[in-house]
Amino acid sequence: MKFVKHYLSYIVIGALAVIISAVGAAGGIPGTFSALLEQSVIAIILAVSLNMVVGFLGELSLGHAGFMCIGAYVGGKLAVLLSSSLGGTNIVTVILALIVGGLCAGICGFIVGLPALRLRGDYLAIVTLAFGEIVKNIFENSEFFGGQTGLKTPEFTTQRSTRFVLFLIGAVIVLLTLFVIQNIIRSKHGRAITAIRDNEIAARATGINVTKYKLMGFIVSAVFAGLAGVLYSYSQQSLQAKTFDYNYSIEILVIVVLGGMTVNGSIVSAVLITALNNILQTNLGGSFAVAKDLIYAVVLILLVIYRNAPALKSFREKYNLANLWKRLVKPKHDPSRVGDDSVRWDVVPTKISMDEVLSTDVVIDTTGDNSADIGERGGNK
Amino acid sequence: MAKLIDSVKTFVNTKILKKVHKRESIDSKYVLETRNLGISFGGLKAAQNVNLKIEKNEIYGLIGPNGAGKTTVFNLLTGVYQPTEGAFYLNGEDLTGLPQDKINHKGIARTFQNIRLFNNMTVVRNVMVGLTNQPEYHCSLFESIFRLPRHFKVEKEMRKRAKELLRIFDLEDERNNLACNLPYGKQRKLEIARALATNPKLLLLDEPAAGMNPNETEDLVNTIKKIRDEFDMTVLLIEHDMKFVSGLCDRITVLNFGTVLTEGDTKTALSNPDVIKAYIGG
Ligand SMILES: Nc1ncnc2c1ncn2[C@@H]1O[C@H](COP(=O)(O)OP(=O)(O)OP(=O)(O)O)[C@@H](O)[C@H]1O
Ligand SMILES: [Mg+2]
Repeated sequence: MKFVKHYLSYIVIGALAVIISAVGAAGGIPGTFSALLEQSVIAIILAVSLNMVVGFLGELSLGHAGFMCIGAYVGGKLAVLLSSSLGGTNIVTVILALIVGGLCAGICGFIVGLPALRLRGDYLAIVTLAFGEIVKNIFENSEFFGGQTGLKTPEFTTQRSTRFVLFLIGAVIVLLTLFVIQNIIRSKHGRAITAIRDNEIAARATGINVTKYKLMGFIVSAVFAGLAGVLYSYSQQSLQAKTFDYNYSIEILVIVVLGGMTVNGSIVSAVLITALNNILQTNLGGSFAVAKDLIYAVVLILLVIYRNAPALKSFREKYNLANLWKRLVKPKHDPSRVGDDSVRWDVVPTKISMDEVLSTDVVIDTTGDNSADIGERGGNK
Repeated sequence: MAKLIDSVKTFVNTKILKKVHKRESIDSKYVLETRNLGISFGGLKAAQNVNLKIEKNEIYGLIGPNGAGKTTVFNLLTGVYQPTEGAFYLNGEDLTGLPQDKINHKGIARTFQNIRLFNNMTVVRNVMVGLTNQPEYHCSLFESIFRLPRHFKVEKEMRKRAKELLRIFDLEDERNNLACNLPYGKQRKLEIARALATNPKLLLLDEPAAGMNPNETEDLVNTIKKIRDEFDMTVLLIEHDMKFVSGLCDRITVLNFGTVLTEGDTKTALSNPDVIKAYIGG
């Protein structure tokens, strides 16, 4: 039972990947549907990797599309450069592009992680937002990467019977993402990361190397966003830097928040949102694209309020899906029956709550030159 | 390479961050020795000229009226604040200016006046976080990701050790509850258990009995004595409950307005007229 619970996501995704690939190999997937599949896979990788930072590290990042952008451009450019020698969509090229794209994004994850050591909450959110925009602008204005006209990438063949390979590669990367991120979280390192999220001051006092774990979280998250970017570049004929603007980052964030900031939730909501997007876009046309962003913003605001408003607490508890489920299926909750590992692995963090109470234990040093200013904002919940 | 990094670090520290304090070990027979330790926030001298000398296996009290600077001293000793004056030594080793996690690794662990647990984690996990840096539970990130045998071995041993620690505090049965669901007294105990998990040489307890009923307080006195004996521990504690202090502490230091009012063995220091005056508010 525990096994199934832990590995449910792997099993479901693996099974789906096999079935879809089988159908794809037989040539049974129409072009529009295969585009949807690829988008879903990319969205899952993005959501699960962003959840590493938002859900587990408890930091608000608004620049996830920036990492994806780096992966897409670096991987795409490498594929272009290799297309004359190895072939742009040759499997070796694809793997090389993934490795290089992921690494470059990871390095940028390290760079963005550095301010995360000193800033927190809203301030860090602003830095990540700026990072995303800077990356976008750099690629938009660099002639090497195609400049304003965009980078023409070697797209995967649009032939029905071979196109599914891209999806298959994506599915493998989804499994890799899950494998790495879940295994980190379900280990002593993950415990340290969630400890930092829960109470950074206590974590430091308990000997946790906050620098190391925060950087680690940002790097891992960025690497997988980079991989998603490389996949994206293969699924498109050409890259436009303006795709990777903050709206995209926020879209990923909405997916994560909607998914309850858990891994499995992120996967489900990634697929749902992608499908919804796809349907709306094909059926409603241009002007709706504007309304879509607006709707996202409203949804996000409502969700944050819903999560944090004390007045809604009783409502939340009453109508919480998990609680409903418990009441229906397991009327009696017996704590002694709960196994050591089955208890709330990845409970929703609260760092996104906008105002936090200062405590008298450790006061923010406003003089500013004290390197021990550990900023109480992330304090006691 | 390591030398190069070291010299860059000293350069950054002294020339850029202007941290002038140079760490030098001293000969000291004390577990904790502070020399003229002090800090000022802007104009406010929250602590100054604090000289503590704590012997091995001692239970030492730090008392004083509200706002006297007791918690500030703890924050200095754990690296939360960098002292603006003076230095402190653990077994003669100068720890002044080290970051918090390094100080913890060197052997100072603490609890907080307003409890700081990892609320969304279970009780046993809270303690396991404390075990993270113990060398016997070392397991690299690589080993964890790829689920090599060591990962499972270490997890199992950590859990076992955490349960042992919880048993000392009678918390074993609640190990799978979320920390935030524990009653107040047990949360205080859990904080001590977590601090103990980091295998400290010196344990700092900030008002451990606050909010406990008389029974729990008495229980706590025994537990702290037991910790001292079993773990060969030295304890420095802050407390307002004078009965608790006189029942537990070998020696105390009384702080008032950031300075040491008096120090010495508990009975004598407590009967000092200055101390009584400070408490009554003279
Ligand atoms: N970071 C800071 N910035 C400015 N002032 C501070 C800071 N930290 C502590 N203080 C001040 O230092 C003084 C001592 O505070 P401290 O918390 O050490 O008192 P305490 O002895 O622990 O009191 P209590 O018994 O109430 O816990 C207080 O006046 C407090 O306002
Ligand atoms: Mg205090």
